[in-house]
Amino acid sequence: MSQLLNDRRNPPRTISPLLQDRRKVSRVHWTSILQRIHLDGLLVLGIVALMVFSAVVLYSSGGEDISLLIRQGVRMAIAIAAMIILAQIQPDRFKDMAFWVYGIGVLMLVAVLLFGTIGKGAQRWLDLGFFRFQPSEIMKLAVPLAVAVYLAERPLPPSFARLFMALLMIAIPVVLIGKQPDLGTALLIASSGLIVVFLSGMSWRLLMSFIVLCASAAPVLWYFMHDYQRRRVMTLFNPESDPLGAGYHIIQSKIAIGSGGLHGRGWLQGTQSHLEFLPERSTDFIFAVIAEEFGLIGLVMLITVYLLITARGLYIAAQAQMSYMKLLAGSIAITFLVYVFVNVGMVTGLLPVVGVPLPLISYGGTSMVTLLAGFGILMSIHTHRRMMSP
Amino acid sequence: MIDPRHRLKDHFRESRLVSNRLIIAGLFFLVLFGIIIFRLVMLQIVDFEHFDSLSNRNRVAIEPLPPQRGLIYDRNGVLLAENIPTFSLEVIPEKVTNLDETIAELAELLSLTEEDVAAFNERRKRHRAFEEIVVRNQLTQKEVALFSVNRHRFPGVDVVGRLIRHYPQGTLFGHAVGYVGRINQQEMQVIDRQNYKGTLQIGKNGVEKQYEDLLHGTVGYRQVETNVQGRTVRELFSEPATAGQDLYLHLDIQLQKAASEALGEYNGSVVVLDTRNGGVLAMVSKPEYDPNAFVTGISTTDYAALRDNPEQPLFNRALRGHYPPGSTFKPFVALAGLELNVVTEQSRTYCPGFYRLPGHEHRYRCWRRQGHAHVDLKSAMAESCDVYFYDLAHALGIDRLHGFLDYFGFGKRSGIDVPGESAGLSPSREWKRAQRNQAWFPGETLISGIGQGFNQTTPLQLAHATATLGMLGTVYKPQLVRATKSDSDDGMQLIGGQQTDSLPIQKSSNWQAVIESMVEVVHGKRGTARHIGEDLPFKIAGKTGTAQVFGIAQDAKYDAETLAKKLHDHALFVAFAPADAPEIAISVIVENGGSGSAVAAPIARKLIDVYFGIETEKESDEPITE
Repeated sequence: MSQLLNDRRNPPRTISPLLQDRRKVSRVHWTSILQRIHLDGLLVLGIVALMVFSAVVLYSSGGEDISLLIRQGVRMAIAIAAMIILAQIQPDRFKDMAFWVYGIGVLMLVAVLLFGTIGKGAQRWLDLGFFRFQPSEIMKLAVPLAVAVYLAERPLPPSFARLFMALLMIAIPVVLIGKQPDLGTALLIASSGLIVVFLSGMSWRLLMSFIVLCASAAPVLWYFMHDYQRRRVMTLFNPESDPLGAGYHIIQSKIAIGSGGLHGRGWLQGTQSHLEFLPERSTDFIFAVIAEEFGLIGLVMLITVYLLITARGLYIAAQAQMSYMKLLAGSIAITFLVYVFVNVGMVTGLLPVVGVPLPLISYGGTSMVTLLAGFGILMSIHTHRRMMSP
Repeated sequence: MIDPRHRLKDHFRESRLVSNRLIIAGLFFLVLFGIIIFRLVMLQIVDFEHFDSLSNRNRVAIEPLPPQRGLIYDRNGVLLAENIPTFSLEVIPEKVTNLDETIAELAELLSLTEEDVAAFNERRKRHRAFEEIVVRNQLTQKEVALFSVNRHRFPGVDVVGRLIRHYPQGTLFGHAVGYVGRINQQEMQVIDRQNYKGTLQIGKNGVEKQYEDLLHGTVGYRQVETNVQGRTVRELFSEPATAGQDLYLHLDIQLQKAASEALGEYNGSVVVLDTRNGGVLAMVSKPEYDPNAFVTGISTTDYAALRDNPEQPLFNRALRGHYPPGSTFKPFVALAGLELNVVTEQSRTYCPGFYRLPGHEHRYRCWRRQGHAHVDLKSAMAESCDVYFYDLAHALGIDRLHGFLDYFGFGKRSGIDVPGESAGLSPSREWKRAQRNQAWFPGETLISGIGQGFNQTTPLQLAHATATLGMLGTVYKPQLVRATKSDSDDGMQLIGGQQTDSLPIQKSSNWQAVIESMVEVVHGKRGTARHIGEDLPFKIAGKTGTAQVFGIAQDAKYDAETLAKKLHDHALFVAFAPADAPEIAISVIVENGGSGSAVAAPIARKLIDVYFGIETEKESDEPITE
């Protein structure tokens, strides 16, 4: 070891074969520790980078409140623990549990509608006496898992009948969650399931006709929407029409983003957030805080990190040995990007305001635990590869 | 073709299919994020200026810093007008979503009365939505604390600490100093609005109005960062206000107090002038009012009570009260006679108790029915013989009399430095023709000669004319403010005090003759004011006057017992002292006081005692009627 340190200070012009060997050994050693606890180095790097950045931004948006950071730190620790635990589980266990988890999840969603606790105008919580949780969070993973396992039972691309069954499997929890009402989560779960269907090789002709069907269903959907949901869609198209009501979020968020410029106003210098013009600045609208304080440069770097994490997820999916693993891993990776897209689209005024947090940055624990659990599954798929027989 | 259900799983084919789809999905999202980046570039680079200015407009507000109003002191440095801190509850309607609800909640929290709410609704009509409106003035410490705890419930409502005007001497200087009140619509049109941003009050009367420009100062401002509720977060830049200048008046609180107390329950007025510079040492008008009532906005009922009071407490008698000067006019008429060579000091007239114009039957009565027999200037003045002055006035004629009285400022504004002064009335042939379209009758000249008839003078005019007489024709403009002092200067800036005119009287012996006759009034054996001439180290020159309010028929007797109080004569007295080197000139008018000798003269003596620091052992309580 001391010799190694010496080498660093005085690098030899010609590297002796012995030393070269030692370096290689030390690198293998580092990755092999991660291998042994079934973690993926690149994903861990990306996740930790986002969490550190999250702490930096939350310090600013939360009014320099350390206790808020500590609370979020505890959640991060819990989420990382969940990720590590799931990464240890053999992918086959997920496959075995898929339909059970899905079935229990659907039952709990029904239970929520019947006996759930109301919070923030929606019925999302199930109170089990000792703790409260949102069954919809379980479904974020259970739906893509169940659909992937179901479709991969038979050779891909799936038959029409199986496709129909798969869509039904998606529709049931989506409708139940939409009724809570939790439009954002319903949308994300629908997309995570549909991504599996798309990856499974659904024919382009069917896909197109499905899209046309969805487009024509929009007016029907409008009919079933709650008033506040309709208002959000309406104000999307013309936020200035209601500057003090529903349009306020979008107007203030656009001002925050636009006034950030190329370099931003600097950390802790954002006036839109610090003077409380920007609503929900630590949660759903934290992207606008980043935009105001770190400018376009900061945003592009952040988006790059998101894309790299997703790219690693897609690579893992491509490397996966079983079809259901490919479908599941691909869905987890792309859904992660959907999160980012929906949140950023909402904050920049491209999409309606649906309550979707910015992954791993926004304040809040529930969605972060689910996200990291998803990454745990990804890592499990990747790191258990070699131990399985082909 | 094999039935797909029985098809064997082809791992390689499936793997390629899913991998292709993964790549397509990846590319699809790359495009989506391309759109996002494009959107961000549009917002942050292309429209940066637009959003940057919106952001600044969001957060930066410019607040005026109202200047501190100048203080007003009497000549001894006693505070007459000061600024005291007060907390008021103010609301900016624009920032409140439901104003009525908010007011209702505030009413409950701070137990506002229905009257408070009604007054607020009244004010609300007169203000625009972005202006702060007072809900309640003069909050107690407890109310401030109570609101502060609940402040989060009331966006757009705030407790504002302000300095408000306070007049520590209460009613004593109400008429002279005046008061400030809320800026009204007409004043809005006149003032420099920029300079009055943040100022709620403006001088309405007296010195406060006249010296508004000096007292107000220059507004400052500060740029502040505000949060979404409009509350100030921090200051970005500030330009401090320049406080208004302090005013030091000629008024002397001791004299003012003495004059006010001496008038007692009577209505009337006292004016004391410094003969050497025109400074107003005391200016009292009774009844008085409390200027503090006007500062935060007087209620309609309270104002109506003051306005409709038959005693007219808001009416400044010293400046605007029209009184017949009566016998206090005689020194000026006498001087006219001497100067125009109508009489000499030695000329004698016989007074049988009445005067008859040649060829007329009407008897113009002397106040003393039995007459004064032979009188010269000195005795006619001392005993206030009317017949002597009837004769003199007749010999002068109205044209010469009017022309001469003009020198002393009768019928003209003195130019005192407070608004609202009245010119009084000094009648002339032309005036009567113009106003009444009537010829001037010779009899009217007679009664003008004893200060009755059409003659109307204000207490200030009488004091001013007396001072001019005492100073042998040197005229000083009456002046309330003696000096100003601004924060930046170390010393005071004296203002006024310059001689404004000098009367064209040739012979100084004429002045001496009149002044000697006035000394005789106070110090002569038969002087009508001899009871006030005792125990003095110097001589007083004075003249009593009793002005008729009610015309008494020929040969009828004036009987105070049977006449209603409102019809009693006005008691007057003018004086200057010391007679040979005057320092102060006084005019006293006691409405319906009866006799000038008995009521008005002792008041003047009291003021002379106070001014010169003379200790008197006993009050002279032996009145002598004219």
